[in-house]
Amino acid sequence: MIDLTVIWACIIGFAIVAYVVMDGFDLGIGILFPFFKVGKDRDTAMNSIAPVWDGNETWLVMGVGGLLAAFPLAYSIILPALYAPMIAMLLGLVFRGVAFEFRWRDPAHRAFWDRAFTTGSVVATFAQGVALGALLQGITVEGRAYAGGWWEWLSPFSVLTGFGLMVGYALLGACWLNWKTEDALQRQAVTYAGRLGLALLLMIGVISLATLTLEPRYLDRWLSFPGVLATAQVPLATLIVTFLFYRALRRGKDAQPFFWALALFGLCLVGLGVSIWPDVIPSRVSIWEAAAPHRSQVFMLVGASIMIPIILAYTAWSYWVFRGKVGHDGYH
Amino acid sequence: MVIEQEWAILLARIQFAFTVSFHFLFPAFSIGLASYLAVLEGLWLKTGKGVYANLYRYWLKIFAVVFAMGVVSGIVMSYQFGTNWSVFSDKAGPIIGPLMAYEVLTAFFLEAGFLGVMLFGINKVGRKLHFVATLAVAIGTFISAFWILSVNSWMQTPVGYEIAANGQFLPGDSWWTIVFNPSFPYRLVHTLLAAYLTTAFIVGAVGAWHLLKDRANEGARKMFSMAMWMAAIVAPLQIVAGDFHGLNTLEHQPAKVMAMEGHYQSHPDGAPLILFGIPNSAKERVDYAVQIPKASSLILKHDLNAPLAGLDTIAEEDRPPVGIVFWAFRIMVGIGFAMLGIGVWSLFARWRGRLYDWPLLHRFALLMGPSGLVAVLAGWVVTEVGRQPFTVYGLLRTADSASPLDAPAVAASLVAFVVVYFAVFGTGIWYLLRLMKKPPQAHEPALEDAPIRSAGITPAPAVLEGEPA
Ligand code: HDD
Ligand code: HEM
Ligand code: HEM
Repeated sequence: MIDLTVIWACIIGFAIVAYVVMDGFDLGIGILFPFFKVGKDRDTAMNSIAPVWDGNETWLVMGVGGLLAAFPLAYSIILPALYAPMIAMLLGLVFRGVAFEFRWRDPAHRAFWDRAFTTGSVVATFAQGVALGALLQGITVEGRAYAGGWWEWLSPFSVLTGFGLMVGYALLGACWLNWKTEDALQRQAVTYAGRLGLALLLMIGVISLATLTLEPRYLDRWLSFPGVLATAQVPLATLIVTFLFYRALRRGKDAQPFFWALALFGLCLVGLGVSIWPDVIPSRVSIWEAAAPHRSQVFMLVGASIMIPIILAYTAWSYWVFRGKVGHDGYH
Repeated sequence: MVIEQEWAILLARIQFAFTVSFHFLFPAFSIGLASYLAVLEGLWLKTGKGVYANLYRYWLKIFAVVFAMGVVSGIVMSYQFGTNWSVFSDKAGPIIGPLMAYEVLTAFFLEAGFLGVMLFGINKVGRKLHFVATLAVAIGTFISAFWILSVNSWMQTPVGYEIAANGQFLPGDSWWTIVFNPSFPYRLVHTLLAAYLTTAFIVGAVGAWHLLKDRANEGARKMFSMAMWMAAIVAPLQIVAGDFHGLNTLEHQPAKVMAMEGHYQSHPDGAPLILFGIPNSAKERVDYAVQIPKASSLILKHDLNAPLAGLDTIAEEDRPPVGIVFWAFRIMVGIGFAMLGIGVWSLFARWRGRLYDWPLLHRFALLMGPSGLVAVLAGWVVTEVGRQPFTVYGLLRTADSASPLDAPAVAASLVAFVVVYFAVFGTGIWYLLRLMKKPPQAHEPALEDAPIRSAGITPAPAVLEGEPA
């Protein structure tokens, strides 16, 4: 029999990948926003994501809703453990979500809502990165509950992952703008993408090495023979993808750098998987311990296998509707 | 330490009540508004009359703002179960989790996926497909209400579960039983009607406001007339639905109805209907009660002399707080009858041909603008506070549902939510009022400032530029 728990772990993993792929770039644009010229450039950047941000963010709801449904124990341990970063993320998302509408509604305070957009994006991204770091470094669990204090998540490592994710999302944002815009804004985006690519590579290196020091288990996973023959492919591939990213950027490609940047993220997630599989809470709770009962899994799997392809189809359609470069004509 | 725990729980409850009440203000409006927009666009496609296109564009701008606030406040909700009610999530997760996952899969993606096209895509996809997008968003809001109300209703009237050794609620052999639990059909109907009424009264108030200033404004006349039809038809339906809902609650959660009615004592031969009074839980009686003898038995049992049990039959530690439930219920019901009143008045005005020139009617409709929102919140307070002291009725206590959090952590987050929500949503509501203050025009601009156009595709001539036929 196929193990439903593993399937559900894959579906949640997929939701997280989809979230990073889709919401990463629009958070990234928020992070880079203050560097764009007030007026046309900012409006264009905003317009390039306005029709899709809500759908993008829904993957975040899917990730957490799926976690509650498929791994309720993990949900109920992780969220209290990450209380402060989670609340910060939610408040950040409130600010940036409304800024999309409010900045148009109130031109007199557009500068304020632009700042709210950036602050919200920065806070949300940083909090997500911190959450990831905190999860990796370990959570105190007793019985079926979180047993640490309300500052346990804070450590140099989690701050590092917070900044790492900011660099990563900013890179995705820059690549998206390179794809969707023209002229000065596009040139600016290319410059940023070039710098951020290097910064991300550096971050990936530092975070990876730091991760190895967190738990003997991680070290073992990555470096023991003969596993290392397989795991070594991940950093190798990272270097190759970075090279391809820069080649595409130098050749002035529109879309390609974005996809190579996504590939970098993909490799990071593979790395993450190598470190923690098959746990949901590293070294504490495995996916099987946290899993919902069989009946819940089956019921949802029916829905998920019908709905996810349909969702992907109409999401693709709505991206298709808004394909091509965002023009900056037509402003009143 | 024990005291600290109690504080943490109290703060968590306040935080949940605060955030969910704010959240629900927006869906209550947007569920109705999405349907209204679909109707307007449908009428425009069918008749080609410009007034519908103009109204569509007018309300679309408002919808965009409401929807954004609904989404961001909703995302907060889906995390709160975990951050603040982790024990509840662990125990009830196997049952409510899948239902909420279905909500994400079948509703949230549908709304979000088509919202972009609905807001910005009219020039890109053509009228028919655009109408499909509007419909998809409207249907999405309905499906969303379906699932979340199923979850909430299961917490009120839990059925179809087994309890595992580790205390988790596990699904029994039929999901059908769980989804269609005994209070769900009533709650779904009553809440959807509530959303339509909420929207109708806001639309009606906006229409009335502009009629008071300019009786000839075509858009204002149309929206006022449509809203008054809704009031006249839906308000009586809502009262009937509410009555059925109450009877169902009497069957499954009698303590809640006792609190609603203010019945501290049992009445073996006919219980009075207490219209007003001040519930006094310490003395277990209602002070200064104005009451109609035996009427409560008549309403609840359809028999003047039927016996009705009171809170004295419920163990003290299982009683809900009476005062809040009692008052919230009266606010809701009072508003329900006021809505009925305006509906009847509008029919009379229509019959006399004075619908558009009866300033007193318009003033009253203006006053009633926010009444739906108030009634909706009051209704939820009845429902949720009346369920206390349980989260899963009769099975899991609120005190045993909370996360193991330190009180200062919850206090800090509560303060942050209060400050941010009032600032952000307060501003948003201010923008909404500003949009509503502008009269609907004969050439209503589209979402003017946010045109999404792509280079390389010449925008089709503004298709929504429907001319009055
Ligand atoms: C426009 C909104 C609105 C209006 C005019 C009314 N209600 Fe209501 N009511 C709601 C909006 C609402 C609600 C927000 O939708 C609630 C909260 C949860 C629910 O199921 O529906 C609710 C709950 C609710 C409950 C609690 C059921 C339970 O939790 O078990 C009862 C008994 C009634 N209503 C009865 C009535 C009656 C007799 C009304 C007639 C005047 C009425 N309502 C008008
Ligand atoms: C505590 C319970 C609730 C939770 C956890 C919750 C969760 C959410 C979430 C996560 C969203 C954003 C979806 C997106 O990303 O597009 C949302 C929006 C929405 N919710 Fe809620 N919700 C709750 C209560 C309700 C209730 C009771 C209703 C209706 C009866 C409702 C109806 C809607 C609708 C229609 C939307 C779409 C946005 C809008 O119309 O404002 N929700 N909710
Ligand atoms: C959207 C409209 C809703 C409103 C206005 C509302 C209101 C409230 C209020 C006032 C409380 C506090 C009760 C008290 O402290 O005495 C509460 C608690 C709670 N509600 Fe709701 N609620 C709504 C929807 C929902 C839904 C749809 C769910 C479930 C999916 C839900 C689940 C809970 C839970 C878990 C608590 C915390 C435990 C408790 O104090 O009872 N609520 N809600």
